[in-house]
Amino acid sequence: MSEVVKKFLYVNRKAPYGTIYALEALEVVLIGAAFDQDVSMAFLDDGVFQLVKDQNTKEIGVKNFSPTFRALGDYEVTKLYVEAESLAERGLTEDDLQEIVYEDEDDDWAEKPSIRIVSRDEMAAVMADQDVILSF
Amino acid sequence: MSYQVNGTAVEHDEEGYITNLADWSKDLAEVIAKAEEVEMTDEHWEVVNFLRDYYEEYQIAPAVRVLIKAVKKTMGPDKGSNKYMYELFPYGPAKQACKIAGLPKPTGCI
Repeated sequence: MSEVVKKFLYVNRKAPYGTIYALEALEVVLIGAAFDQDVSMAFLDDGVFQLVKDQNTKEIGVKNFSPTFRALGDYEVTKLYVEAESLAERGLTEDDLQEIVYEDEDDDWAEKPSIRIVSRDEMAAVMADQDVILSF
Repeated sequence: MSYQVNGTAVEHDEEGYITNLADWSKDLAEVIAKAEEVEMTDEHWEVVNFLRDYYEEYQIAPAVRVLIKAVKKTMGPDKGSNKYMYELFPYGPAKQACKIAGLPKPTGCI
């Protein structure tokens, strides 16, 4: 197996339901996590709605997959960047997002937040730092 | 294609995963296990119940390495090992145990 670890960023720009992009992106992340790469996710534009807490999809007849984001830590995906401007433009704050944590193996399994709110400039820097960017 | 449980037919796909997750019951689990040539013991049930709880909480069936890591954390290193899991479910713990637990095929299982 190759020992080269690349930085992968999965960029999510679409609302969770109505199109298949959000669910497909999440599945690709979970599958891709098996390859021991450095994986992050970014949420901007309507993509920030994917992380909103207390989602209820009963009336639209599709599966509410938002709980699956909380399993990402088990798959060692621990960096979820959320763009502050996208939240603000949609009248959302960090408190509207569900809590997602991971356990830090190097720090006695302490629980730490996976969601990192970043400015548009910081997001640009995160993107510039990647080897591979996949946009959904 | 279907399993027969107490006189009713429960549909499954070509690989044996049940079509409607709500059809699951303990009796059905025994029927699926039999088709997989797995004799259900308390240890098997422990893993099956663990998977069902995981699915309930996260809405996914975990990949095998994630399952083993999670079992290790909650049930200890003796049970959270490849060896232990493959002894219980020789054709793959995530795949076989998920099938018996009535869950979809694991996400991220390659």
